Amino acid sequence: MANRKVVVGPMTRVNGMWEIHVTLDGQNRVVEARSASPFWRGMELILQSRDPRDAPYLTERICGICSSAHGYAASLALEEAAGVEPPPNGILVRNVLLGADFLQNHIRHFYFLHMPAFVAGPEQPPFAPRFTTDLRIPRRVSETIYQGYFRAIDESRRAHELAALFSGKVPHGHGVVAGGATVHPDSEKILRALGMVSKLRSFIDEHYLPDVERIAEYYPDYFSIGGGTEGFFSFGAFPQAPHKKKTAIPGGVMLEGRREELDLSAIEEHVRFSYYDQESRQHPAKGTTEVALEKPGAYTFVKAPRYKGRALETGPIARMWFAGRYREEPSTLSRTVARALEARLIVDLIEEWLLAMDPSSPVFEPFEVPEEGRGVGILGAMRGALGHWVEISSRRIARYQIITPSAWNCSPSDDTGRPSPVEAALLGVQVQNPEEPVELGRIVRSFDPCLSCATHVIKGGRRLTSFQII
Amino acid sequence: MPLTRREFLRLCLQGTAGLSLANIFLPHLAQALGNEERPPVIWIEATTCTGDILSAINAVDHDLRHLLSSVIDLRYQQLLMGGEGSVAREVLEQAMDGRLGRFLLIVEGTIPLRAGGGFNVIARRPSGHGITPLEAVRELGQRASHVLAAGVCASFGGPFAANPNPTQSVPLHQVLDRRVINVPGCPVHPDWLWGTLTHCLLYGTPDLDSFSRPTLFFGQTVHDLCTRRQFFDNGIFASELGQPTCMYKLGCKGPVTFADCPRRQWNGHLSWPVEANTPCIGCTSPEFPDRMTPFYARLPGLELPGVRVSTATLTKLVAGATAAGIGLHLAGKVLTGRLGQTYRKERTPTEIQEIVRVKKILRALPPGCGTRIESRRQEDPRSVTLRHLRKVKARGRGQESRTPRKLEERPPEQGDRPARGERKV
Ligand code: SF4
Repeated sequence: MANRKVVVGPMTRVNGMWEIHVTLDGQNRVVEARSASPFWRGMELILQSRDPRDAPYLTERICGICSSAHGYAASLALEEAAGVEPPPNGILVRNVLLGADFLQNHIRHFYFLHMPAFVAGPEQPPFAPRFTTDLRIPRRVSETIYQGYFRAIDESRRAHELAALFSGKVPHGHGVVAGGATVHPDSEKILRALGMVSKLRSFIDEHYLPDVERIAEYYPDYFSIGGGTEGFFSFGAFPQAPHKKKTAIPGGVMLEGRREELDLSAIEEHVRFSYYDQESRQHPAKGTTEVALEKPGAYTFVKAPRYKGRALETGPIARMWFAGRYREEPSTLSRTVARALEARLIVDLIEEWLLAMDPSSPVFEPFEVPEEGRGVGILGAMRGALGHWVEISSRRIARYQIITPSAWNCSPSDDTGRPSPVEAALLGVQVQNPEEPVELGRIVRSFDPCLSCATHVIKGGRRLTSFQII
Repeated sequence: MPLTRREFLRLCLQGTAGLSLANIFLPHLAQALGNEERPPVIWIEATTCTGDILSAINAVDHDLRHLLSSVIDLRYQQLLMGGEGSVAREVLEQAMDGRLGRFLLIVEGTIPLRAGGGFNVIARRPSGHGITPLEAVRELGQRASHVLAAGVCASFGGPFAANPNPTQSVPLHQVLDRRVINVPGCPVHPDWLWGTLTHCLLYGTPDLDSFSRPTLFFGQTVHDLCTRRQFFDNGIFASELGQPTCMYKLGCKGPVTFADCPRRQWNGHLSWPVEANTPCIGCTSPEFPDRMTPFYARLPGLELPGVRVSTATLTKLVAGATAAGIGLHLAGKVLTGRLGQTYRKERTPTEIQEIVRVKKILRALPPGCGTRIESRRQEDPRSVTLRHLRKVKARGRGQESRTPRKLEERPPEQGDRPARGERKV
């Protein structure tokens, strides 16, 4: 039997627009996989020549589900450029609100986006129609899991409220700014936040973790489907005072089972299969890019970042590996388990930070925007390693660069044909029913892909021709 | 018994109750419609950050279940739907080609036009043809009973259509030949969206302002409702972020932004940007973000301390339409003597003369100008404010010889762009 091509487009239940194109052989095995994002917005161009202090609020708009992370990374970048160090209390406030947004993200990802591919829901829209292939969970258990789904509506909202307590509103909050935070933790807020945290903890213990286990019980094979990545990449998560040097969850690079120190200059971006007209294998902060929609062979708006030529995976599974808390081989379900464990860890960390807050000390350090300067903000975001690079000239943004976690995970193949983590995870997968390739969505959603994040990327650089990573 | 329209409006306007709007109206809505008649809803994510759906599901409390099972029939919503790939596409195509019949259309995100809309594909046909947001909303817009633009991107363009607008994106109403109800916000507040939707279902199109926003939620400025208004009136201004007073000097756009955030508050009625000791950034305005940035740049039109309001201010303000509200408004405050006593004492005779001049101009203005945009259905494409301001400008010219100070702290090229809120004629 000849090869056949299968497209899942739209790949629904992800943030942003995404398509998966695969080629199946005669036995319905995936022999070629493409992660294609048909969606581009050009945020970095929009940022050019604006006031650098606007970057945190504007970059939040890249992504509705992880907005706090972009605001935070942009603030770190500007702080470095301005040489300002936020007060320790401000860092605690920022971490609490980012942590709360993590919980919102992890809960919504599991229940709203990922789980429905394994468990049949109510027989009505928006849950149906749906693929019906390979649904193994009996009705009684499905109903239990969907009770978790409906509780998740409340609890993810609660996580958002916890963030809003320190951020004014979310998504797109105001509480993280360059220089620190803006909301003072008073005893009432701390108490309220502690109450919210304890409710979130019980939800994770009573629903989230058990529901992950329930799925694992019926789909144990997914612990061996969807692996194939070459190693891990992480900036850690939650900067500690003095910030940027140390993170509450450590970062690093893992290649061939060994941990290495991170070297930012070893990152290159390949564009052979991306709709950009630029020299390939550039350092991410050096390229000048024009969009080229008609480029032959190109299939996505995401570039392919590689570390020492390797396609590394980032996200909770990488962070949990470096934290030494969960060291399973990457697979569909191990990513899901790692994410749930991370949520549980973050609940404890938030509680710790809330108790460490000091209502009487400042949260914000005023500063002047420098005439010239450059800074980098690297951060562990919900989906993994996020980096913002800013260059300021005449008190304006001369250049802005962002590399998102989903660019690492959901990129296309690189110049040498090496597949990205998502593509590698699909290769060799046995598809039961090519009309309903349910396996593909299950695998790729375990990465918690966010195409809103991945595809904003374009390098501006019409004014400046070179940019060094610090 | 379903709510009467009057009761409904009252409940919506209350906003402050610790209760979610959803809790108030959804049970009534379910009753009114009956389970059988849930209206199908198609929700399209165009070029967006997905923030509007994520915000919309914050409101529903324990009632998302109720909303989905008893109130609306959510057929297509990329983030929440069970279908994927061909199954999802089929649902979309049914709605596009009329097999679904009538439905209510909600669109979030701006519509990219560059390369024929090719900068976004929301679904792919077996032929390989990509359905762009442009193609989808054009088809869907013809068949929908009501069209709601959720969030500032769909309403007015928003962040992804900001200068230099790399994808040449436009708001929804510019590509549709029919009325679009704009429910802006970045993201949209869940009460605004579901409240508007409920109004459409129960009582038809709500009263709209000249930007097609429901006056129910966007009828007053943030400044008019602000909990820190007394600080403004008494001239107590925060000098850095994090201080618990008026954010005006830190760039608060509350005076020119129409929304009820201070009363309604966000995320379970818990907080809002000024409550977080940061300025309002004007995210419900047609000019967001270009004319609302720099976010920390003070609105022109008032020199502090020691109030100085002149016709020069007014003329200058005409250059930036959004700033007009504050100029006129402050002039009005000075005149009515509501501004704190401190400033009166500091006024010099020249300033008083200037104020008298302003007073004349203000008297000649039609009512409702400046801080309030009149609510009209089927309004003329141009903003009422803008028209009034042009008149003011024309009148002001004869009396004022000083050259207006340049609008500082504003990238020069942005002044040249047409206001994106203008409707297609
Ligand atoms: S300027 Fe802003 S903070 Fe001050 S009273 Fe008006 S809306 Fe409130």
